[in-house]
Amino acid sequence: MTAPLPRPPEAGILPPVFTRWFDARGWRPRAHQLALVDLAAAGKSALLIAPTGAGKTLAGFLPSLVDLAGQDAGRKRGLHTLYISPLKALAVDVKRNLETPVAEMGLPISIETRTGDTPQNRRQRQRREPPDILMTTPEQLALLLSYPDAREFFGALSCVVLDELHALANSKRGDLLALGLARLATLAPGLRRTGLSATVAEPDALRRYLMPQPEAGEVLSEIVVAPPGAVPEISVLTPADEGSEEVRIPWSGHSARHALPAVYEAIRANKTVLVFVNTRSQAEFVFQELWRLNEDALPIALHHGSLSAEARRKVEAAMAAGTLRAVVCTSTLDLGIDWGEVDLVVNMGAPKGASRLLQRIGRANHRLDEPSRALLVPANRFEVLECEAARAAALEGAQDGMVSRQGALDVLAQHVLGCACSEPFDPDALYAEVRSAAPYRALTREDFGKVVDFVSTGGYALKTYDRFARLRPNAKAEGDMRLRAASPAVIQQYRMNVGTIVEAPMLKVRMVKRGGRRPLGAMGGRYLGEIEEYFIDQLAPGDTFLFAGHVLRFEGLSETDAIVTQSSSTEPKIPSYYGGKFPLSTYLAARVRRMFAHREQWTALPAPVREWLEIQAWRSVLPGENDLLVECFPRGDRFFLVCYPFEGRLAHQTLGMLLTRRLDRAGARPMGFIASEYALAIWCLRDPGLMHERHELPLGELFAEDMLGDDLDAWLAESSLLKRTFRDCAIISGLIERRFPGQEKTGRQVTFSSDLIYNVLREHEPDHILLRATFNDAATGLLDVARVGDMLKRIRGHIRLKRLDRVSPLAVPVLLDIGKVSVGGEADEALLSEAADDLIAEATRLV
Amino acid sequence: MLKLKRDISVTAAPSLTVCGVAFDLLPEGAAWLAEERLLVVADLHFEKGSAFAARGVALPPYDTRATIARLEALVARLKPQTLVALGDSFHDGEAEARMDADDAARIARLSRALDWVWIAGNHDPEPPQGFGGVVMEALHLGPLTFRHEPRSAPATGEISGHLHPCAAVRVRGRRLRRRCFASDGTRMIMPAFGAYAGGLNVLDAAYDPLLPGLGFHAWMMGARTVVPVAAHRLESD
Repeated sequence: MTAPLPRPPEAGILPPVFTRWFDARGWRPRAHQLALVDLAAAGKSALLIAPTGAGKTLAGFLPSLVDLAGQDAGRKRGLHTLYISPLKALAVDVKRNLETPVAEMGLPISIETRTGDTPQNRRQRQRREPPDILMTTPEQLALLLSYPDAREFFGALSCVVLDELHALANSKRGDLLALGLARLATLAPGLRRTGLSATVAEPDALRRYLMPQPEAGEVLSEIVVAPPGAVPEISVLTPADEGSEEVRIPWSGHSARHALPAVYEAIRANKTVLVFVNTRSQAEFVFQELWRLNEDALPIALHHGSLSAEARRKVEAAMAAGTLRAVVCTSTLDLGIDWGEVDLVVNMGAPKGASRLLQRIGRANHRLDEPSRALLVPANRFEVLECEAARAAALEGAQDGMVSRQGALDVLAQHVLGCACSEPFDPDALYAEVRSAAPYRALTREDFGKVVDFVSTGGYALKTYDRFARLRPNAKAEGDMRLRAASPAVIQQYRMNVGTIVEAPMLKVRMVKRGGRRPLGAMGGRYLGEIEEYFIDQLAPGDTFLFAGHVLRFEGLSETDAIVTQSSSTEPKIPSYYGGKFPLSTYLAARVRRMFAHREQWTALPAPVREWLEIQAWRSVLPGENDLLVECFPRGDRFFLVCYPFEGRLAHQTLGMLLTRRLDRAGARPMGFIASEYALAIWCLRDPGLMHERHELPLGELFAEDMLGDDLDAWLAESSLLKRTFRDCAIISGLIERRFPGQEKTGRQVTFSSDLIYNVLREHEPDHILLRATFNDAATGLLDVARVGDMLKRIRGHIRLKRLDRVSPLAVPVLLDIGKVSVGGEADEALLSEAADDLIAEATRLV
Repeated sequence: MLKLKRDISVTAAPSLTVCGVAFDLLPEGAAWLAEERLLVVADLHFEKGSAFAARGVALPPYDTRATIARLEALVARLKPQTLVALGDSFHDGEAEARMDADDAARIARLSRALDWVWIAGNHDPEPPQGFGGVVMEALHLGPLTFRHEPRSAPATGEISGHLHPCAAVRVRGRRLRRRCFASDGTRMIMPAFGAYAGGLNVLDAAYDPLLPGLGFHAWMMGARTVVPVAAHRLESD
């Protein structure tokens, strides 16, 4: 990733007002900034890869500023540059950062933002009188493109800047944006695209994404690579004195409670610290525990996506003002916003991916020449290995690979309807345009036709909905094949439902005073934020949980509100934590496997972890770099099969489902299974190890790739995961609406259930395009089928069975997770720790 | 952690007695009076899917045939002499006009093969005439009254639909929510039979005048049997 700049450009390509500005600040334009100006002058699109702090944003806008500075300001010129960011907060932040140089140079350039928060009257005014530069999000672009005046509005567009492209491209939002770009290329043929990205493993994927693709072959954008920043300083937090009695690294769990005093010390020793966690519930837990330790009353704040917008804005403002010492946050602060003064990033738990870690580390210290400092805090023994692997990867600057993605069909359906809302479209012409978007290169004309049918009438084999069609022939002239939106109601429906982010049904959390006699609904109360409905579903009135930094007592539901009171308890029930939303990346998994296989790398590990591996080697064997270790042992009245694929929890869960079906068929009588990020454990009434040795059930057959055929289909038919995915696809594709005006608001009260629709559709038209979209989604997302497939291929002929008389050290962590599934109170915890001690003694006993 | 489903021991259809008359409750969501060879279903909501389609929400147009298929299977197995459809059989007044011809023919075939009673409902105060069978506001049979919308207690012997009862219960931390029959022994409110019919939790205030207090049971629909759960064990939505 050290491709040279195309040619070293001279600062002389900048107009004098710009060079004077740089001089006045004591700065020199950086080579990559000039390179972009140079390429833009030649009308070329480019991808800029630069580390944080390298002046990426200015680089992206500099060509537009130069161009606009040379134009006559009095002339009505239309929208010149469109900036698209994955976060609306980032759009607002970048606008602020850009206004400074524009004001200081006295350039007559207007800059505005447009997000979901922009008031209606300003939006209308923006369409009448567009600014020179507009900062917005992919969803707002889709909306702008759906207006009848889109052709005029974007006609003069000269440049699109796509920020944090690495975070956008490989997702459904990225699909929506790619389709929007293809549309823009039609409306403004001379359009230049600039992608801004952090370092990625495969920049060509982003270069392809930026360019309209021809029918055959491929076109890549230019690429400019800024020099990398200073190598970060990363340490892994391990217990203080090795060998002392105090050394304890938990066998399992994800709370990292044991490490929080050390984290607190780190906060005390630094100016401003970002503490990243992987889930909202973990954020709440860490925040609570830190405040318990906070004898100095340091200003420590909490930031996650479920808090009210007001609460989040307060934290962001305090952060920008430099009045906070630490913020505990989730991935909501992964991207972009420049905090300036952060001098340490703490990552609680395992980083899950090399790229995510680098991104988060980049939040610390935005000065390029000084190293960012990060502290990784493993919560358990496996995470120690993962943290070490991630640290090594980050020091090398190694990145996770990107899984190449096929554009989603539900997103395409939304786009097709959006196009019809703007103006009548010719299906053949739109097909050609859609295929020019990189994610949709492989789309067939037949499938495109099915999507158009779907948009119009649902696309069912049973044609009874023609008279309700949402698309009508335009038929303005002989041979006019164009289709248009059937009615204003259809357009209204589209605008209400645009976007690819489907939130889990949420309930408002309102805190009321205790002991009121009035009914719950009449109590008003303070709005704290929103919480997933499925979480509240688990609670009974009287249960306590952590939210917004409080221990809250759940009192009951009132319509769409969860009513809570302040609890006097200090030990809340918290939601069980499954290890985070992000699965272990393939790249990092391979590095962890390598650490197992190479003993010389163990010197980096703390003593308890090293000993754990030594005893594993002695009691069983260690997993190899490219094989699959399968252990079989009796425990209680069950026989356990534990394997270590290191492919992440989602893939393991899928594998567990499929293996269980096979074991059942073979008569092993499986009773259940549990999946962790690293391992999968299945328990049976018969011994699968013995069955293997008797050739009743050879492991090679058990793990054969054909499980991804019929077994997968049969399981999927029943899977609730697929039903949830179906609901999301149905909403994104516009089949069902996000909300019905005037009707109940929560997910469970909509007047029909998407599960019932799924059941009926699957039974009567299993090949329907929406079911295909659902399956594709699940296969790449929740089920990680592709990853299971790759793993099965990798281990074919390399399965190593170890039969043991009792549990192995490596199996302990996953077995400890059994029973942690439901929300557990203190009593459960006590029971569990009793059981845990036995298990560890059993695993490490030498004879 | 996921556990394999194990069959709860499957017994004969559980029996629910209303005013001394014993119904077999079927996991399909129907009630069966064996002595009378009478089958009761509620809230078929034929053409609910196409009603949404007319408003721009093109739900799969297969709900009518999915509902009929389940009815046909029940009729083939039990060979009833009489079938009572407890109202809201048709989602709206236009349902017949929107219905696919094959689906309409299947309903007509079925309803002409036995004594079919269409009880009028609020969605279909005047059920279409083209399918055969008789239309009634209410049917009286011994101590029982079959009508669509339940009336406030006491309504001794009333068999009704309309509310689409469902119930939720927590077992070992898992929350299960199913359609159900609700009964206190003096009346029975039937679950909706239609493929797209949603549900209203029996703890909702709408049931208060009908099943006051917690002295009733929800007979929750399992895959192979119907399970009675006392109201005090249930959870609201």
